[in-house]
Amino acid sequence: MIPLRPDDDEPFVPPAASPSWEDQLAGGLDFLRRRVTGEYETDEFGFDPDLTDHVLLPILRPFFEKWFRVDTLGLENVPDTGGALVVANHSGTIPVDALMTTVALHDEHPARRRLRLLGADLVFELPFFGSLSRKLGTTLACNEDAERLLTEGELVGVFPEGFKGIGKPFSERYTLQRFGRGGFVSAALRTGVPIIPCAIVGAEEIYPMLGNARVAARLLGLPYFPITPTFPLLGPLGAVPLPSKWLIAFGEPIETASYGPDAAEDPMLVFNLTDQVRETIQQSLYRLLMQRKGVFG
Amino acid sequence: MSRWLGGALAAELAADPTIERVIGVDTVPPSPAVLRRLGRTEFVRADIRNPLIGKVIAAASVDTVVHMNISSTPAGSGGRTPMKELNVIGTMQLLAACQAAPSVQRFVLKSTSAVYGASSRDPAVFTEKMHARQVPSGGFAKDSVDIEGYVRSFGRRRPDVDIAVLRFTNFIGPRIDSLLTGFLRMPVVPTALGYDARVQLLHEDDALSVLTRATTGDFVGTVNVGGEGTLLLSQAIRRLGRVEVPIPTPALGSVGRISRRFGFVDYSPEQMRFLNFGRVVDTTVLRTDFGFTPRYSTTEALADYATTVPPVVSPGLVESTSSRLRAALGRVGDTAAAVGERLRPAPPAPGLRAVQDA
Repeated sequence: MIPLRPDDDEPFVPPAASPSWEDQLAGGLDFLRRRVTGEYETDEFGFDPDLTDHVLLPILRPFFEKWFRVDTLGLENVPDTGGALVVANHSGTIPVDALMTTVALHDEHPARRRLRLLGADLVFELPFFGSLSRKLGTTLACNEDAERLLTEGELVGVFPEGFKGIGKPFSERYTLQRFGRGGFVSAALRTGVPIIPCAIVGAEEIYPMLGNARVAARLLGLPYFPITPTFPLLGPLGAVPLPSKWLIAFGEPIETASYGPDAAEDPMLVFNLTDQVRETIQQSLYRLLMQRKGVFG
Repeated sequence: MSRWLGGALAAELAADPTIERVIGVDTVPPSPAVLRRLGRTEFVRADIRNPLIGKVIAAASVDTVVHMNISSTPAGSGGRTPMKELNVIGTMQLLAACQAAPSVQRFVLKSTSAVYGASSRDPAVFTEKMHARQVPSGGFAKDSVDIEGYVRSFGRRRPDVDIAVLRFTNFIGPRIDSLLTGFLRMPVVPTALGYDARVQLLHEDDALSVLTRATTGDFVGTVNVGGEGTLLLSQAIRRLGRVEVPIPTPALGSVGRISRRFGFVDYSPEQMRFLNFGRVVDTTVLRTDFGFTPRYSTTEALADYATTVPPVVSPGLVESTSSRLRAALGRVGDTAAAVGERLRPAPPAPGLRAVQDA
């Protein structure tokens, strides 16, 4: 049979009707009842899927879709099931890039994967941020937690540059900093999961960090205190991120299972793999920057 | 042994015909309720800080010692100084007595997962091989770390003695009296503002089974004992129908002092840290090497405890409020739909138009 039109092959799927406001309100009511009675599940890391799906992701979604207009590339490189380690560049003064990558993998990936982030201990020291991060699925960046999550078949996200990456001045944008001590590579080796290099373009421009008020940072116990064109000049208005255009690209997985778990004890291999991941991300950053029409385009 | 867990363990052991004698030691006599269940247990009123304990062990040629005389709150033992004395000096005295008694073959320590500390630098789940990232600075946790240290050195001096160290998570249940049960029994529960701890609970029945098994079994080593799964502190409070009152951490200390004065619960700095960050332990060793799977998960243990505490916010009230709201919502929706229909009549069926077009 000759199809009349080439796209007749695909059955027509009517776009899912957005739920009526009544259903939405009823759903919200259900959610509130669950929250009041505590009848929801949380895991040993403090991850609260109920809160994440009904409050945190809906808050982040408009930023993802409308404000930063994030384009996600290479999702086929992220497996549908099983553990994998997503390694990405870190930038933007505050870790918005981590949140947007979480939304990207949950909303755009066919398997709606949850990204379990690894955060610095400072995050968990801070009130509100710490407990909210845990509820969003974040846990402490340490080998024990990373390996436990990977063994359980979770998708783990890590930003090995840490504060060096996120708090670097605007003049150094899109140049990768040192990749920690390679702890993420040894975690992947020990659990035999693939490493997925991920390049994020756009986060550098949301809060261009022109200067660092070291005295204020020391007083507040923070690793840096950003001075951007709008902060602290415009006060709370300075907290509004600039609407840069974002691209998040997942690269081809680097498999680690063939090295065996003992390879984690081989520092040379760990360093080489760390460099390989770093180089891949840097190249893909340059490629994406060429691809992007303009900072806000 | 005059409190619930010790009394229950003694009763359990006394019911076992293969055990020749059961001797319970405590500074206060057991309550009549505990006494009734003790059966053939012999009670000796003694203080482990007193050398008399050595005589008890030697005279009865005791072969198994279960040490559970560790106080977790200053209020229970009349202040921090007597508490530390009871915990640390008491343990040292007891171990000295055990070392001198050749009859002792087995030593079981009821320790706590508090030895892992609680801080923002901790991994989410502790295994037995891990150590506290920040050694607890004081109170019960510090005492427990010290006690475990003394027990380890006792093990070095008496290699022939089998030592089992049980690191329990927080106890909960209808009968047991623990820090957390007192805390959650308050109608209004103060918590640290901006923090939410992960809590792992152990049901009293499981605690008793583990203690009995450790006493009569042959497990040697250290094992974490906790129920399956975890809850957030806020979640546990909500499930019990309590009202959570988040208080800024600096003020939490004075609230703790006030609540101590009125005989509720007292918060020490380390308990406050626990309230901030919580603590979860891995129980693989318990289920494999030790060979015991707790009957109650954390959630089930809390639910069993909940049957004994009347909720302040009753789930029925929440249920009826939410269903009433839902009914109201339905009515509003119907009205809106009717109004909408009147304003914008439904378009004619599309099938009809197609015929016309043809």
